[in-house]
Amino acid sequence: MQEFSYERPASIAEAVAAIGAPEARALAGGTDLVPQLREGRRRAARVVDLKSVPEMTTIAALPDGGMSIGAAVTATALARHPVIAARYPAVAQSAQLIGGVQVQNRASLGGNICNAAPSADGVPALICHAARALIAGPKGRREMPVEAMFAGPGRTNLAADELLVAIALPTAAPRAAAAYLRFTPRREMDIAVAGAAAWLRLADDGAIADARIALASVAPTPIRAPTAERKLVGERPGAALFEEAGRLAAADARPISDTRGSADYRRTLVAVLATRALADCGRQLGFSIEVA
Amino acid sequence: MKTLLNCTINGEAQSVLADTRDTLLDLLRDRLGLTGTKEGCGNGNCGTCTVLMDGAPVNACLVLALEAPGRDIVTIEGLSESEALHPLQEALVQHGGTQCGFCTPGIVLSAKALLDENPQPTEAEIRHAIAGNLCRCTGYGKIVEAIAAVAGSQANG
Repeated sequence: MQEFSYERPASIAEAVAAIGAPEARALAGGTDLVPQLREGRRRAARVVDLKSVPEMTTIAALPDGGMSIGAAVTATALARHPVIAARYPAVAQSAQLIGGVQVQNRASLGGNICNAAPSADGVPALICHAARALIAGPKGRREMPVEAMFAGPGRTNLAADELLVAIALPTAAPRAAAAYLRFTPRREMDIAVAGAAAWLRLADDGAIADARIALASVAPTPIRAPTAERKLVGERPGAALFEEAGRLAAADARPISDTRGSADYRRTLVAVLATRALADCGRQLGFSIEVA
Repeated sequence: MKTLLNCTINGEAQSVLADTRDTLLDLLRDRLGLTGTKEGCGNGNCGTCTVLMDGAPVNACLVLALEAPGRDIVTIEGLSESEALHPLQEALVQHGGTQCGFCTPGIVLSAKALLDENPQPTEAEIRHAIAGNLCRCTGYGKIVEAIAAVAGSQANG
């Protein structure tokens, strides 16, 4: 490992100043960065530890009724937060899929996003909730949808001198539900062969007013399944509809074949997982829906 | 580059000269000689390097030594008084929950953190708590039994 300097800024302004140095890397939980540095997969001349920046280590209510999750908040703290667990259960449950207890005690949602693995378990539920990435840089603050953060495997659309400060979840809509499911050969401590999150919001008449599906591990970045989403809107929740949406989501996926699974296998998994995630949403909304 | 770190390990204040690139695992094993903490995979998959940081289990191989100051770190050496085994260690011996022993320090610390927080865990909760600790000898059944036995004796005692 190359020599690096270590900085522990106490404010966003200090953190932005520190990250602007050449080959500076942000450190939250270190569960990706530390082995990457040791194995030479990423380089760092400076490591900027963000865990002393209050805004990045707290979960707070936003004025619009939504919630802000500091980018360095641990997966354990996120999963145990009473408001997140009650209003955004798919986000809390996704956090509990990242590694084992030891990893969850360190790993952060911000790191899960910025490491930009197509398989990141923390991301699909955020995309389904239309979460926004709150960003700070030398020119000030900006934001973008979480789903726009990804440029490719291991690469984000953050500029080199920018930091992901927090993730903003919009107000949890009434008559809405979300779920994330993944497939792994082992139940825990594994990387998703494929994953699918779904979010449904019902209109007053019980028809689907709005739908989002986000897929993991089936493209160079996490992706939406737009064809499946369009099929759902205006329809009434039901097994046949969700199975059709699952088939359309499989067609929206762009998987590759690798050691964890073939492209065909991944497409089949997407169909099953998206259908089941939709059925899970349907059950949360009071429908009795049985799918394969 | 070397740097002096002041940290608390097993309740004792330590002043250690460390390389800035050391992990917490390097600090414990190579600088302090606390070799009860094992290195398996070195990348957070196996859990043999599990230690408690402010009471929570973490993989020491994924923590920079530079992050240790100000945190309360407990290793397997911090669990037993002199030669007496901790009840979890005793139960693992009694139930045959240890064979080669390489995973055992990490298992004990993960189980300790679980029982400290949740003295009466279900079997599923025990299995979840040690999911990040790989054992290639016992098949986990006897480890789960040993942890459950300690939880049970705490309930009765």
